[in-house]
Amino acid sequence: MEQSWRQSKGIFAAMFSAPLVWLVLFFFVPLGIVWLYSFGENRGLIDIAFTGTWSNYAKALEPLYLGIFAKSIWVAALTTFLCVVIGFPVALAITFAPDKWKPWMLLLVMLPFWTNLLIRTYALIAVLRTEGYINQSYRFLWENASGFMTLIGLAPLGDFTPLNLLYNNFAVVVGLVYVHLPFMILPLYSTLDRLDRSLLEASLDLGAGHIRTLFSVVVPLAGAGIASGILITFIPALGAYLTPDLLGGTDSQMIANVIESQFKRANNWPFGAALAFLLVYLTFIGIALQGLLDRSARKRGAA
Amino acid sequence: MSEISVKPRKIPPGPLEYLRRWPMQVWLIGVTLFLYVPLISLMVFSFNDSRRNVVWQGFTFKYYERALNNESLIQAFTNSMVIALFATIISVIVGAMAAIVLWRFRFPGKTAFHAGMAIPIVVPEICMGVGMLVFFAKVLPWPQGLMWPFNLGAIIIAHVSFCFPFVAVVVRARLAGFNRELEEAAKDLGASEWRTLIDVLLPHIKPSLIAGALLAFTLSLDDFVITFFTAGPDTVTFPVKIYSMVRFSVTPEVNAASTILIVVTVLLTFLALKVQGSSALTAGHGGGEAKK
Repeated sequence: MEQSWRQSKGIFAAMFSAPLVWLVLFFFVPLGIVWLYSFGENRGLIDIAFTGTWSNYAKALEPLYLGIFAKSIWVAALTTFLCVVIGFPVALAITFAPDKWKPWMLLLVMLPFWTNLLIRTYALIAVLRTEGYINQSYRFLWENASGFMTLIGLAPLGDFTPLNLLYNNFAVVVGLVYVHLPFMILPLYSTLDRLDRSLLEASLDLGAGHIRTLFSVVVPLAGAGIASGILITFIPALGAYLTPDLLGGTDSQMIANVIESQFKRANNWPFGAALAFLLVYLTFIGIALQGLLDRSARKRGAA
Repeated sequence: MSEISVKPRKIPPGPLEYLRRWPMQVWLIGVTLFLYVPLISLMVFSFNDSRRNVVWQGFTFKYYERALNNESLIQAFTNSMVIALFATIISVIVGAMAAIVLWRFRFPGKTAFHAGMAIPIVVPEICMGVGMLVFFAKVLPWPQGLMWPFNLGAIIIAHVSFCFPFVAVVVRARLAGFNRELEEAAKDLGASEWRTLIDVLLPHIKPSLIAGALLAFTLSLDDFVITFFTAGPDTVTFPVKIYSMVRFSVTPEVNAASTILIVVTVLLTFLALKVQGSSALTAGHGGGEAKK
């Protein structure tokens, strides 16, 4: 049984004060100030006055910034969708793998996750750039095909034009999927692993095919896990800074990049603060939605 | 994953033996290649004797030599290690305290505290980054020109703020399996509160403290965004340094330095596995765990 804090006040105070103070002072105070700034105005070069204005939020709703928000949400949604599609079969395979292989397969998924984000993004640059590995292989194939065409008497293919794989939106989505795939596979795996296998076997025995079983049995049962996977992929993807910054082109800015430029280059802190808090609100809306889904799923399970 | 499934057997695959079906095998091989080809080629090409870094020209260690002689790179690496070390120590202490308090006591505001601990895990990094930027610019200006390693203080504080909730989640999970009767027995036998805590509870949660420490260390070493907003010109960390190098060009030195960091990470992961078994693998998965 849990103890009431009154029963041992000394130990409670000693153990509780440090985490509480740290959390409040070094997390909620910084965020709170940003929140206050989002209602402030620039006065002079460095001073910011809290005027309670909504103008920063109004500015965030201008078409330019609204467009960036819409684009960030779209890119994050596409990333999440691709992660589900790519990750689901992997999670399924790990779930039904023999026990001795499971930890190794999980390790295989987790190792990139533990590797530094910057290094992973940098590794992708080397693959995608104009003289990267993909374009190298493509060029090799192209030149050989071209040679083959001349050999059999046809006109050669013409000059090789490398694929534009880097510094565009395509690269940003590839980068985000690359980075967030492990985020998706793990929650999917942990739900699928708790699934009652006899239900799947029953469905297969009764004549449903694998695809049918997947969509009529597995997906409805794993709903909560899929929802939590979607959430923990979508939120970091929405707030991604590094991937669009390093892999994207001039038109691939996402919210985080705009926030960064408001704080570092444009020096418009109140506006940057408003944008940052819009991102926080979006995050909380996402979490609340997932909580609602979770609750209704549990209710259905109980009924 | 390919060698897993090639053992030919005459028995047809069972209904749920997805691993033995070829479309699944092709898919798994594809995903594995997607995840590993970029990283492995980065590591391989760090030994390539060519400035342009595209075609294999022969084996060399010269970029490692160059990276190891690059003073600012070494300084950044040392900074990162020192920050990670201090951030880990503080995170483990504060995180374990939070976990024990949440596990052991009923107190007013417990739900709020519990929810508050989850927020640093879910809030987008960029928001926390700007929060730290504003905080250290306006509220608590970190003194400039302090002696090393004290000039790293601001970054260490910022790192602890996002690391200790993860440690608390890991320790809390371990505490769930603790038999409270052991604690009562210790008290019945005359041990004081502190004595019980140190001699009974701490040995039980020790594996989770180690797992939490490794997690915090990796998180701290990995962080770019929050550090980017907190770091000053003389407190560059390894990821921030790599970032500025990458912005200029793709060079073999960056490959060499990255390879060193990847090796460090892999070693840490295996260490975590040895300490905690395979459950350590998923411990880092904060968002999912925290909500449970």
